[in-house]
Parts: sequence; structure tokens; C-alpha cells
Amino acid sequence: MIQARIRKRFPARPDAAAFSLEVEFQAAAGVTVLFGPSGSGKTLTLDSIAGFVAPDEGRIMLDDEILFDAPSEVCLPPQARHCGYVFQNYALFPHMTLRQNLAFAAERRPRLERHRRVNEMLERFHLTEVAGRRPHELSGGQKQRCSIARALIGSPKLLLLDEPARGLDAQLRAEFYAVLRQVQTEFQIPSLLVTHDLDECFELGDEMLILREGRLVQSGSPRAIAERPANVEVARLLGIFNLFQAEIVELDPQRNLSRLRFGEFELAGNYFPGRLRGDRVWLSVRPEQLGVSARDGKPGPNQVPAQLLRTIEKPQTVRLEFAGDIGVELSRPEFDKHKQNKEWLVWFPQDALRVL
Amino acid sequence: MQIDWFPLWLSLKVASLATLLSLGVGLWLAYLLANRRFRGKAVLDAAVVLPLVLPPTVLGYYLLVLLGRESPLGHLYEWVVGSPLVFTWQAAVVAAMFHAIPLLVISARAALESVDRSYERAARNLGASEWRVFWRVSLPLARRSILAVSVLAFARTLGDFGITIMIAGNIPGRTQTIAVAIYDAVESGNGALARTLVIVVSVLAIAILSIANRLAARQAAQ
Repeated sequence: MIQARIRKRFPARPDAAAFSLEVEFQAAAGVTVLFGPSGSGKTLTLDSIAGFVAPDEGRIMLDDEILFDAPSEVCLPPQARHCGYVFQNYALFPHMTLRQNLAFAAERRPRLERHRRVNEMLERFHLTEVAGRRPHELSGGQKQRCSIARALIGSPKLLLLDEPARGLDAQLRAEFYAVLRQVQTEFQIPSLLVTHDLDECFELGDEMLILREGRLVQSGSPRAIAERPANVEVARLLGIFNLFQAEIVELDPQRNLSRLRFGEFELAGNYFPGRLRGDRVWLSVRPEQLGVSARDGKPGPNQVPAQLLRTIEKPQTVRLEFAGDIGVELSRPEFDKHKQNKEWLVWFPQDALRVL
Repeated sequence: MQIDWFPLWLSLKVASLATLLSLGVGLWLAYLLANRRFRGKAVLDAAVVLPLVLPPTVLGYYLLVLLGRESPLGHLYEWVVGSPLVFTWQAAVVAAMFHAIPLLVISARAALESVDRSYERAARNLGASEWRVFWRVSLPLARRSILAVSVLAFARTLGDFGITIMIAGNIPGRTQTIAVAIYDAVESGNGALARTLVIVVSVLAIAILSIANRLAARQAAQ
């Protein structure tokens, strides 16, 4: 269990604007994803926990050990923190073989045990055959496994991963996800994974922390966050929502009903607790929750005529982009049914509408 | 013509020894300047470069005062070694070091600073002490640049004249290095000897330069 409260300020400099990081969170065994755009403080958070950066204020505890505590001026050096760290570029020592890289990390153990432990890790991560090679002679996947093995060889109590899958192709990504899942079952330690890839959050994350400009804006399971983003900023960061400005014109708690004015149209939605008539809100709806139909005659309830701008083919779905920034994602068979449409209606199902 | 090769051998010996000693001092200073924050760092930084800008005779004069038989340091040396330092070939080594150290510190510091920080962080994260981080990671990764500048420093120390003549003097067969011997030969009208020594030094310098360039190129290719 890692518990962290970190505050770190960087004053403005000629080449950089002022930045401050203020986060507080805890993470138990399992993968906790730190998600956010670049410059949101994700890596800085990892570096504070690893001890490469000293926060100005706060406290960091790993299990029952204090790694950092500002009031009592405790700040353990990186050497004493028992955190495995997988660097973005892996940081495998280029002048050492893979075996030497692992041995370097196990050097505090007695000689015989070290040897055994290195062999064990080589075997576990399928690296025995290439143990004598240097990093530049390894494939991307081997380098990645080696860096994870090296981070784990000292039996850390926490694993920190800084965008380890960045720039990898789909196959290597899948390989990496499998390795990380294996690590989770075998080592059962908390992992903090920095990423700005949403698929990765869903693929790996048990918990998710969303950072923006040095602040924690939402936390929870990836599914819960995707279903209920806390505010429009989170929805934007996730990038999986249509967001429209709308106005609440009617609220009826008795019939669990609301009416929203969206441009020149009115949409019926469920009752939104805590909102008032006349509120300007962000209407958020996921592209795959919208439907389409051919326009013949008058639009029905919650149907909006829209002009199709273009279609984007994806591996499993087709994305339709309409004027007014309306994105709709359809399955292939569904799209094939509507291919011949000349004029379109977009259907906003009542249950899919959320306001932020 | 009978040529006395003693000055050449002496110069090679002095330069080798000075380069080795300077490497020790220079790497230590480079490490401090590259990695540590401490009071007086700016002063040390400036002091290291000073020998590059001061006239060699001025440096020589300071050293003569500092290491002379009457000075505390001179006394200490005499007490430890049993003979005075000034006007011996060992003094020529000291003189040569003042050329090698600034060069080594500036380049070794740049080389150490150019080592990707993530390697050093990784090493610390894996439990390595600062000492091991330096010897096992930083230094090996910067070794070619440091080797290249050591070769250059060797060449530079081979040719010192000003400081050497101030504190080691010009005693043929004892402290006369090749640079001093050339001056001596010209001064005494021995043109043939001067020409021969000049050619030898030039060839040596060009050879050393090509080695240094090759080393630097290999580091760049890494």
C-alpha cells in the first residue's frame, strides 16, 4: 500500500511557466493508472515517490515505512526506497550485458544467491537465451522484459512504470500487457503506471487517477470514470464523449423527465438531480450510444437532422462525423444498413444523455 | 651529429605521469562540479579554468612562491620526500599538471553531464551507492570522451615551457624537457638540433591528435 501526499512548486523561469503539483492518493496491490495529458505532473509524481525529486511538502508512506515526510525532514535517498522503476526508455545500461544489468541490481545480495536470483529472473522473463547480449542487440520486447525483470529483482514493495508502452506497436503492447499481468499475479505489489493512452487504462488499470495541470481531477475504476466523468474537463481528457452546450428548459422529477435545448432542437432526457431550470450545461454522450436513421418526413422525438461530413473506417466500427461536432460510432452491420442514406437523422436516446 | 634524446624521454615521462595524476584530480573535480551542489562551487569552477587564462610565467611564479624551499608546502614536501621539489623533474610534473587539469576538468565534466540522467537514476533506484553509480555507470558511459581528452592533455603537457622553466629550470640531463631544449638549442645557435627536435615534437603532436579524434568519433558514434 502506497500513500502519498505531494506538493511541489516550480517557480516561473524564462523557459518554463510556473508549475505546481498537489496530489493526494493511495494505491493498494493492483495496477493504478496515472492518466493525464503531458505536463500534468504524472512523471513528477513517480519521481517524487522514487526519490529523484524532493517535494516541498507532504508525506509518502510505503507500507509502514516513511519514505518522505516534510515536517520531520525525512527524505530517504532513492537507494533506500525499495521501489522498482521501469523507465520510459528502459534505461538499461548500454555497456553491460543483460545478465550484468540484472546482476547490478542484485549486487547487495550474497554472491551465490545473486547468481541464483539472476538466473531465476532470466528464466521467468524468457531472457536466458539472450542473457549475454547488450541492450542494443535486443528486440523491443526483450528490452522491455529485461527492464521489468531488473526492476523486480530486488523484491521491491512497489513498481513504478513511466509510459513503458509508449511508441510500441500493437503486438509489443499486447506482450507488455501480458507481462504486467503476470507480474501482478506473481508479485502482488502495487504498481503505479503512467500513461496517456486510454486503452491502456482500461486494459490494465484496476484504479485510475486523472491528473490535469498538477491536480487530481478524478479517481476511481476506469469503467466508473468513463461512465460518469466528474466534469467537462475529465470528459475532454478522456476524449470519448460528444460534448455540446445545452440549456435545461424543463425539469420534472415526478416523471423523471427533463428537456434540454440544444441549438434549435429540444431533446428529452431523464431528470437531472441538483440542476435548475435555465442552467447552461454540457451535454455529454458517447458516440456509440447515438443512433442514426434515414431522414424521411418529420424527425421523431430526440432525432436531430444532421449533415454527414465524413466517415472513418476503424477495425471494428465505423465513425460518422456530422456537422456540429456530432460523432457517431456504429458497428459494421449497422453502418451497412444505412450506407445508402442521403439525408440523416441522429438519434439521442433519452437514457444516454448526461449533463456535466 | 650526436643528438641527446634525454629531453624527449624526460618529456614523455613527465607528460605521462602528469596526465595520470591529473586524471585522478581532474575526474574528482569534474564529478564534484557535475553532480554536487556546495558552497564555493562557482569559485572552484573559476579557479579550475584560471590556469588556461593566466600567462604560464605568472603561474610559474605563483608555484615557485608556493612550493619554494622557504614555503610551508615546500617544507612539507622536503620533510616527506627528503629533497626539495623545485628545480627537479618532479617539479616539471607539477608544472605540466597545471596545463592538464583545466582541460580534463572542463571536458570530463561535460562528458559526465552528457550521460543520460536516467541511467544514473536507474542505478540509484537499484540500490547503488553514489560511488558505484560513478564508477560503474557514469564513468564507463563517458569513458571515450574522457580518454580522448586525456590524450589531448598528454599532448598539451608535452609542450609546456613557461611554468616548467620557472619551477623546474633548465638543467641539462636533469630537468631539461624537450620544449626547453628547443629554446636552448635556438638560443645557443644549434639550428640542426632545434630543427630535429621541432620535427619530432610536431610528428608526435599530429599522431596524438589523430588518436584523440578517432576516440572522440567513436564516442559520438555510440
